Amino acid sequence: MRLLIRFILLQNRQGKTRLAKYYVPLEESEKHKVEYEVHRLVVNRDSKFTNFVEFRTHKVIYRRYAGLFFSLCVDITDNELAYLECIHLFVEILDHFFSNVCELDLVFNFHKVYLILDEFILAGELQETSKRAIIERMSELEKLE
Amino acid sequence: MSGMRGLSVFISDIRNCQNKEAERLRVDKELGNIRTCFKNDKGLTPYKKKKYVWKMLYIHMLGYDVDFGHMEAVSLISAPKYPEKQVGYIVTSCLLNENHDFLRLAINAVRNDIIGRNETYQCLALTLVGNIGGREFAESKNPDVVNADGWADRMAQLLDERDLGVLTSSMSLLVSLVSNDYEGYSSCLPKCVKILERLARNQDVPQEYTYYGIPSPWLQVKTMRALQYFPTIEDPSTRRSLFEVLQRILMGTDVVKNVNKNNASHAVLFEALSLVMHLNAEKEMMSQCVALLGKFISVPELELCVLFVVDHLLVGHNDAFPATLQENMTRMLMITDAQDIIKKHQPQIITSLKDPDISIRRRALDLLYGMCDVSNAKGIVEELLQYLSTAEFSMREELSLKAAILAEKFAPDLSWYVDVILQLIDNAGDFVSDDIWFRVVQFVTNNEDLQPYAASKVREYMDKIAIHETMVKVSAYILGEYGHLLARRPGCSARELFGILHEKLPTVSSPTIPLLLSTYAKLLMHAQPPDIELQKQIWNVFKKYESSIDVEIQQRAVEYFELSKKGAALMDVLAEMPKFPERQSSLIKKVEDVEDTADQSAIKLRPQQLPSNALVLADPQPVNGTPPPLKVPSISGIKVGISSNWLDHESASQTQSQPNGDLSKAQSQIPSADLLGEMVDSLAIEAPAVDMGSHQRVYREEDGIPDEVDGTAIVPIGDQANKVEPIGNITERFNALCLKDSGVLYEDPYIQIGVKAEWRGHHGRLVLFLGNKVTSPLTSVQALILPPAHLKLELSLVPDTIPPRAQVQCPLEVMNIRPSRDVAVLDFSYKFGTSMVSAKLRLPAVLNKFLQPLQLTSEEFFPQWRSLSGPPLKLQEVVRGVRPLSLPEMENLFNSFRVTICPGLDPNPNNLVASTTFYSENTRPMLCLARIETDPADRTQLRLTVASGDSTLTFELKEFIKEQLIAIPMGSRALVPAVPVPAAPLAQPPSPAVDANDPGAMLAGLL
Repeated sequence: MRLLIRFILLQNRQGKTRLAKYYVPLEESEKHKVEYEVHRLVVNRDSKFTNFVEFRTHKVIYRRYAGLFFSLCVDITDNELAYLECIHLFVEILDHFFSNVCELDLVFNFHKVYLILDEFILAGELQETSKRAIIERMSELEKLE
Repeated sequence: MSGMRGLSVFISDIRNCQNKEAERLRVDKELGNIRTCFKNDKGLTPYKKKKYVWKMLYIHMLGYDVDFGHMEAVSLISAPKYPEKQVGYIVTSCLLNENHDFLRLAINAVRNDIIGRNETYQCLALTLVGNIGGREFAESKNPDVVNADGWADRMAQLLDERDLGVLTSSMSLLVSLVSNDYEGYSSCLPKCVKILERLARNQDVPQEYTYYGIPSPWLQVKTMRALQYFPTIEDPSTRRSLFEVLQRILMGTDVVKNVNKNNASHAVLFEALSLVMHLNAEKEMMSQCVALLGKFISVPELELCVLFVVDHLLVGHNDAFPATLQENMTRMLMITDAQDIIKKHQPQIITSLKDPDISIRRRALDLLYGMCDVSNAKGIVEELLQYLSTAEFSMREELSLKAAILAEKFAPDLSWYVDVILQLIDNAGDFVSDDIWFRVVQFVTNNEDLQPYAASKVREYMDKIAIHETMVKVSAYILGEYGHLLARRPGCSARELFGILHEKLPTVSSPTIPLLLSTYAKLLMHAQPPDIELQKQIWNVFKKYESSIDVEIQQRAVEYFELSKKGAALMDVLAEMPKFPERQSSLIKKVEDVEDTADQSAIKLRPQQLPSNALVLADPQPVNGTPPPLKVPSISGIKVGISSNWLDHESASQTQSQPNGDLSKAQSQIPSADLLGEMVDSLAIEAPAVDMGSHQRVYREEDGIPDEVDGTAIVPIGDQANKVEPIGNITERFNALCLKDSGVLYEDPYIQIGVKAEWRGHHGRLVLFLGNKVTSPLTSVQALILPPAHLKLELSLVPDTIPPRAQVQCPLEVMNIRPSRDVAVLDFSYKFGTSMVSAKLRLPAVLNKFLQPLQLTSEEFFPQWRSLSGPPLKLQEVVRGVRPLSLPEMENLFNSFRVTICPGLDPNPNNLVASTTFYSENTRPMLCLARIETDPADRTQLRLTVASGDSTLTFELKEFIKEQLIAIPMGSRALVPAVPVPAAPLAQPPSPAVDANDPGAMLAGLL
């Protein structure tokens, strides 16, 4: 069975992981290795380069926002532009939710970021692409807390 | 973060740490704190627990190992209130995956949430299952879930949905289903087209589902993806509507200012292009696509995407479907069309090869490789060679391999091919694999015209000051064989050749020395008239190496020395190498294999633009067994007679067992056989000419195994780089299978062995699933069961060959005769190419599989407990070194191996009481009871009492439970790592001849 997104990482320039979500079972040590390697891969790329880079037998689609890198790992044959914009949509959602998001929001509210991500992507597949639907859902959930 | 001050403070603390060391200290302190709190979990409020679990996740994210507390995270899932539950779910799904045992603890709670009435909880639970749930999880929910047969109707209904959010998810499901098997889903086709129409025409699309004005680009892409999994669309009206939409997309896309909008619309466009190509649209549409590609390739941001689509297109999109000839021709036409356009951009693509961005360089390399044909090969290969000296290391090997293949395939003449390979070795020797030089040697051997040319070429390289060892090898080989053809040229007498080669000897590694010795022997033989001075020099060398510590070198030195005293007889012994049988290039094979393992799912093998019959693509049965390495004259007849026995022998057996012609490995070893192999054989056949008696002793000590000597003599030591390593830890896999009934038992790059088991009473039925992962057959498959004395095992017939990509099921019947902890072993072996792979695998037919869970009430338990009064029926032991588990963890552990905890029976809350039934032929169903008394102050020790009506059973069960409680690092290394044995020769018969009463048990003991 194919699976689109293998993992999503949110890392800052220094390589601190702000969010890591894996949709394939990996051992702990392997996860740390992946995070280290992906960071090294994307942080050293010139900003003029494409946003796609091969990673092992897959490819990483990444985008940089200020000091933060959002990286998705997908199949070599997957549609990279679609995923690139998928990252942007996620950022827009975060921006909307935190109104003018910055790294600190994501650090102190990492648990919220995980929640939002779960609304956005499920089992490695894009689940909901309506910003409004996700934001509304989040406020419903916040009421329950 | 309302109210969780502790967490915020902790995060701030971490942020304020000046350095990594300080951070680590802070983290350790926190972990210690959390650990203590979890230990005395009585006083822990749900709020605190929640806070700690969040902290754990944060620490985990920082990259620290969190090796405890999973239990607490999992336990929050069953909390009654939403806030705790939510934390439980999120943290569990981040910290655990489907392979964690802890996850099993959550199954019940998750199931309860799913069948419960609270929609929010249902969402949480389903999200967890979707994100990390494995098969076991799915089965525990509903056995139907796993079986996707008969989903087509429901799937089609789902596609009638209007809500685009729901449709997005439904489409993901459809893609997953059809990527597995599209059969039966044709009713979904018109619905997909409708959805695409709706989006492309922007009909009834709510604002929130448009992205920069484009109706959900992701759903559009996904829908077109789904359509590409169908081989074709037969219904004419559906096809027509689809093409209308696609036309619209192709026409309506342009480059605008906004980056996001551009990306989104191009994402849709490129997917549409792929789909059009896939569907073999009419010619006009095709040319339209090609024109579009031409247009976009000059837009810098799109360059990569264009390269990618084009590459795709050259590869031919869906080779998974057997295409009819007609279709193939259309596709070929289309490819030709596209190729023309692409060729116009060749200079641009070559420039991309120098792009600073590695992503573009890689793509450009792929593309150049894909677009190469006879007309442009020279230019492209020369570019690649040039690029080789500046390319980064990570690309060099691939680059040299590709250059070598192209040179071979499209060589306008063979001398050019030789030039290219030698240049390749000269420029990037470290990255030239042995296959490449073996291949050039084959060509030279098989083409008489080429021999003097090749010899003179390598002679030129020998004049260079520093040359790569691979160059020494190839030169030595060629000069040994064909150096005499140059004899009249200046600087090419036997003595001069020897001199120049011998200069290199001190610089080479020991595997190359035997090769040089062979060459010397040949030079000596060819020296006409006999050159006494040369003989003296060479004999000195042989003498010197007679006592070499390296047996291979020593053997050759001794043998050649003896042989070279034979004078004329030497001529027969050292006759020229025979031609090599025609075979598929091992290089091409190699590229295919790389691609194959790189992506099992979608990608296909690369069709090259060979004339007409071309290479066979993903189809596992090539129509034409030996794809043509071009232009080599047929090998029939000439010279093969004399000394090719072993070659023929080997190739014959190869071809026989592998109709598919997977000869790469065999082939790769043959040239390296160089002279000795040949020599031995010519001796064997041409006996009259030589005094057999005196030499047989020297190099045919293993007389009992004729022909097989080659196997050892041929392969230069240290040449067997390709060890087959198992994937994953075999011991862990076995341990996991002891507690569950299906999963993977063994895996390596070629094969996966899965197990599924059912147990009923003292009977069991295991099915072994032997899955071939690659596109060549696995041969000489052998599975031998070594049963311990207490089990009767019957394995059904295992086929000798597993076809490419096929899975073979082998049922295994198990009967348990009496209690024992011994383990059955499966001795498994197969051949891939010429490598023998074997593994000894423990089978998960272990004691606990014959237990049946049973929960007793106190009225049932105590009379039994008391009636079994003491040894040997009731045994007690204090167990130390137990891995510390909380009581609930321990309960779960017991339940997991089917010894059921009977809650509340023991008045002391620190004790557990458990019961189960054991089944074997000898004991009949036998009740077993156990009691565990733990010490809350020291979790590493406990007192264990086990009782049953059979003394052996009591003992075995007690030992079994002990094993589970004590954290013994299992001797995982003992499992025989598959060692490749060269070809058939000398392979030990797999069955251990140990004739003990119980070989299985003995082996298991060793494991």
